[in-house]
Amino acid sequence: MNNLDLLTAITVFVLSVLVGIEVISKVPATLHTPLMSGSNSVHGIVVIGAMLIAAESHTWLGYVLAFVAMAFGAMNVVGGYVVTDRMLEMFKAKPAAEKNQSAEQNQKAGV
Amino acid sequence: MDTVSNAVHYIFLAAAACFVMGLHLMNHPRTARRGNTLSAGAMAVAIAATAWLILDENVISTTGWLVLTSGGVLGAALGLWAAREVQMTAMPQLVSLFNAVGGGAAALIAVGELLQTEHPAALGARVSLPGALDIVIGAVTFSGSLIAAGKLQGVVSGAPVVFPGARLLNVLLPASFVAGTVWLVLAPDSRVALYGLVAVALLFGVTMVLPIGGADMPVVISLLNAFTGSAVAMAGFVLDETALIIAGMLVSASGGILTKLMADAMNRSIANIVIGGFGTGDSAPAATGSGAPAQVRSISADDVAIQLAYASKVIFVPGYGLAAAQAQHELGDLAKVLTDHGIDVSYAVHPVAGRMPGHMNVLLAEANVPYTQLKEMDDVNPEFPQADVALVIGANDVTNPIARRPGNAISGMPILDVDQAKSVVVIKRSMGHGYAGVDNELYTNPKAGMFFADAKKGLSELKAAVGEFVG
Repeated sequence: MNNLDLLTAITVFVLSVLVGIEVISKVPATLHTPLMSGSNSVHGIVVIGAMLIAAESHTWLGYVLAFVAMAFGAMNVVGGYVVTDRMLEMFKAKPAAEKNQSAEQNQKAGV
Repeated sequence: MDTVSNAVHYIFLAAAACFVMGLHLMNHPRTARRGNTLSAGAMAVAIAATAWLILDENVISTTGWLVLTSGGVLGAALGLWAAREVQMTAMPQLVSLFNAVGGGAAALIAVGELLQTEHPAALGARVSLPGALDIVIGAVTFSGSLIAAGKLQGVVSGAPVVFPGARLLNVLLPASFVAGTVWLVLAPDSRVALYGLVAVALLFGVTMVLPIGGADMPVVISLLNAFTGSAVAMAGFVLDETALIIAGMLVSASGGILTKLMADAMNRSIANIVIGGFGTGDSAPAATGSGAPAQVRSISADDVAIQLAYASKVIFVPGYGLAAAQAQHELGDLAKVLTDHGIDVSYAVHPVAGRMPGHMNVLLAEANVPYTQLKEMDDVNPEFPQADVALVIGANDVTNPIARRPGNAISGMPILDVDQAKSVVVIKRSMGHGYAGVDNELYTNPKAGMFFADAKKGLSELKAAVGEFVG
């Protein structure tokens, strides 16, 4: 792995915070739940770290740790994106979906 | 640095740029889904690139491959299943659960790295300090988020759980983090310091969240989401992986901002929420037995339906009661009947309505409510005086006019100016209190009528009754 020097790493760290603040403060309250869920899936990038740890493991304890980290990370990333997509799908412009949906609801209600 | 490693790092950089753009696209409902897809695509590419890097370096053992793929497949399958099956009303607990596993993974990475290194004593503070921070933050997030999810799901009591010595423990535990962190930085090979730190952090996550009431869980989840972001960024420092630092801090900043916005919407400081004691749950005893219920005017579905059918402007005020009764579809149906009859309908959404910021918007979107009808507090408040009927469904504290006066639990909290409407109808099961445990003055306002019913049943009745009037 490359050896990132500390100053570069800290620069990246600080700039990311500023970009995060700038990008997020423009999101309307309407979308705050999908936003939270969406940003939750972004930190699912931790799965990459889990993969690197799994690759380095050579002891049984290491394997156990890597296995759990992999499972956790993958659950975070896959579940996070899928559930965010499900939420956002409901926010899309309605006309096409409306007919199907209300027909389905009427069916459920026994109308 | 060889070519593959170089290429992979350019791919990581591109992915990080896509995460930023993806979050940026979330600033409008029309583009939000595209943003999420972009972000997910970037994540998939980054994961594929990591697999390529691992293959290229060729240091992984067969067991390692087995562990990597089986863990990945198991986690992905569980995540996919949970994401597909969850009810929209249970969304906050699922987000909290995903947050827990993210924090847990980040902590395990640091533990793994410290355990695997052949000469841990040689690790400088450059690795051991972020490693220790990663363990502390990740483990606190893991156990804290699990408790938060448990509270929302009702597995753990939603009421603040306070036990003797809790406050003392919440001072002692952070003090031991500092000690443990210093110890681990000085002696990265000390297993006692490592395991001790993990144990203390896990315990602190529990004791931090238990005393906080269910009503404050949205803020806690958002705060813990920010924590996970920092834990992931720390893991990035440990592994020398810029992508983790960028993505982690992006999330951390966004979580921090959201937490602040929510705390502001309740007129409370984050510290005040975390220290706890306010979100007493709906079981809070009524301190003021002023006999207020006697002055309440109870009205029937037909009365409400007449008011609605002859109104020209109706504002709905949905609250947690609506979410709990899962009555969003019934509300959407009622709104549709009114809209079809030419009545101007809008929804006033308080920033903390529901169990997460914007949760109400998700529930209403699920019920096919056009997002153009959803109005945020600052936009809708000037409209109340023109509204013929304000229909409050299960919202309590956010409509209570006493928030405008000093000296009570919700003083200073921004509220929806429901009492300015020409007429107010409140759908509620009983005269029970909201989370703040104070009487709602709105209910005794002469303009207000109480329609005592379960939100779901009441709204269906209303829809039927309105249907009679408008044909």
